[in-house]
Amino acid sequence: MGQVYAWLLLLPAAVLLAAFTHYPTIATLGQSFFSTGTAMRPSVYVGLENYQLLLEDEVFWKVANNSFWYAIGTIPASIAIAILMAVWVNGKLPARGLVRMAYFTPTILPMIAVANIWLFFYTPDIGLFDQVAAKFGIARHNWLGNPDTVLGCLIVMTVWKEAGFFMIFYLAALQSLPPELEEAARVEGASRWYFFRRVTFPLLMPTTLFVFVNAGINSFKLVDHLFILTKGGPDNASSLLLYYIYEVAFSFFDEAYAATLTVVLLSVLAIVAIGQFIFLEKRIHYR
Amino acid sequence: MFNTFKYYLAGAALAVAVFGLAAQSAVAVELTMYYPVAVGGPLTKVVDGLVADFEKQNADIKVSAIYAGNYNDARIKALAAMKSGQPAQLSVMFSIDIYELIEQDAIVAFDDIVKSDADRAWLKSFYPALMENGVTRNKTWGIPFQRSTIVMYYNKDAFREAGLDPAKPPATWAELQSMGAKLVKKDSSGNVERWGAMIPSTGYPYWMFGALAMQNDQVLMNRDGNKTYFDAPATVEALQFWQDLGSKHKVMPAGTIEWGTLRQSFLDGKTAIMWHSTGNLTAVKKNAKFDFGVAMLPAGKRRGTPTGGGNFYIFKKSTPEQQQAALKLIKFMTSPERTAEWSIETGYLGTRPDAYETKELMNYVKEFPPAAVARDQLKYATAELSTYQTGRVRKLLDDAIQATLVGTKTAGEALGSAQQQSEGLLKRYQ
Repeated sequence: MGQVYAWLLLLPAAVLLAAFTHYPTIATLGQSFFSTGTAMRPSVYVGLENYQLLLEDEVFWKVANNSFWYAIGTIPASIAIAILMAVWVNGKLPARGLVRMAYFTPTILPMIAVANIWLFFYTPDIGLFDQVAAKFGIARHNWLGNPDTVLGCLIVMTVWKEAGFFMIFYLAALQSLPPELEEAARVEGASRWYFFRRVTFPLLMPTTLFVFVNAGINSFKLVDHLFILTKGGPDNASSLLLYYIYEVAFSFFDEAYAATLTVVLLSVLAIVAIGQFIFLEKRIHYR
Repeated sequence: MFNTFKYYLAGAALAVAVFGLAAQSAVAVELTMYYPVAVGGPLTKVVDGLVADFEKQNADIKVSAIYAGNYNDARIKALAAMKSGQPAQLSVMFSIDIYELIEQDAIVAFDDIVKSDADRAWLKSFYPALMENGVTRNKTWGIPFQRSTIVMYYNKDAFREAGLDPAKPPATWAELQSMGAKLVKKDSSGNVERWGAMIPSTGYPYWMFGALAMQNDQVLMNRDGNKTYFDAPATVEALQFWQDLGSKHKVMPAGTIEWGTLRQSFLDGKTAIMWHSTGNLTAVKKNAKFDFGVAMLPAGKRRGTPTGGGNFYIFKKSTPEQQQAALKLIKFMTSPERTAEWSIETGYLGTRPDAYETKELMNYVKEFPPAAVARDQLKYATAELSTYQTGRVRKLLDDAIQATLVGTKTAGEALGSAQQQSEGLLKRYQ
């Protein structure tokens, strides 16, 4: 009887998860083995042909490469800046509430709005960056129109957007640390850096894991800005995996290939998430 | 004798009408129409107004016009509605969606539903250039509605400053290059303060390139939508010219130029010339603080521009009555008077010559001559790039253009590989 009761309680969540997460995942996997059907050519089983196509698809490799560098560029930087900001606004400083709010502001803006603002920051000649640079006699830069700088521009914007959000978690974690530790360290004569390195940072590790997983997922999940800023260009230099999936699915209407790409994305995310838990778990000190 | 017969006939007609009314209440046919808005704002009001006028004249037809987002959204929604069994009967969609819609067996050809000679004549009443994207397999599938082209906007004050005649914008590629060079303004340390010209190369590079290719007397695809000419010598030459304007002649900035911010750059005087959609006319007119002009695009071997925008389509999943009602609605919306009204309110082209003979549009053109430039350019216009697998093929060309403009590939290399890949995609449609 107790069993039935427990299952009934679990049912609503289980149904929602199954309908909107598990079933689509399995359906996507299945679809990746079929061709895309049209009214004139119905869908047929093609085995691994879509995966073969994927291996030969230059754009896919470029996009995968971009996604990799985008992750490398955004994750550590936004975590480092988040810790720095959290430590800073956790201390005693004037107008502390105002500073905290200022750091948090980018988080509450929708990504589309942020991209529209930054589009004009980056615009050559009339944009903010070029106007400031011009004051120092630096020549114009076609920030988003150059394949060498465009991905960097996206990374900078994303870090700006994300760091404030992660700061909140670190701030909460910092405030839960017992003050005796710092007093003890001061009595022992430890420097602030030593204290941070050997006490604060290890104690923050559970938060870091959480933030790390989130930043990792976000680096693959956030593509809204691409619609506004670059549409993946020039020549796919700023296209990311999820944006490419969108293009394949809704601009090319190639559902099967989009499913194949989605399977790849899901596998990458699963591997990264498992890796993070296994390797970082050992180094984390839970109280 | 004859009179009695007439009475019988009238009586029979009346009986049918009464029966019909009793069976189906006041409304005989209900239509659902999707339409996109590409430039946003008051357009929904204009469409709703036109539909309300139509319903007033045709009490037996009820139309619900549904705003469906941008062109891409409208296509996705229309196809999804069809699959779900709740289809719309007609829709305004991107003119270049035609092959996709045919391949999905979603639309009917207008030739198959028109009945009278008057209707067949109506099919021929539009500008031929605007029909190009709606005709394939010897049938008409799309009727032009919200259509635009590319025109050249130029800053007359900048022309005066550079010692050029503001009444004579560049009419050839050579002039674009030489005048463009004169229009470039540098500060004391050699940084460019104003560029000669800008052609946007993000968002819709293939569209701008369609103009350059046509000016070099080369179309980008065939009428059947199953062959592209990306590696034709004239195509390569056109892309080379575009790249040279930036990297060699320094008339344009090197790299890609953002579609979305270009209008602001022009309004801020950072470029003396821009190529852009006629859709920007109203915004430029409203916001330019300088004297500006609008001209046809310059000629290479000839003048040329692609058309753009949305067509009416009628879906296959509809009853014959609905198809006739949809036809009636489309004929109403594209009648000369409505076309004139639509063009004045929105800035889109008048789709047929006789619309420009209405009093309203004649007055409007007299008051605001730039509105006539796009119309006059229509005789040099060609279809917008559209093939089977159109999304993929378009992206191949977009990528080739951008790779050339940023200098990672030469025009020949980039277009050669785009052509090779597009041939692979289109093989099974030949």
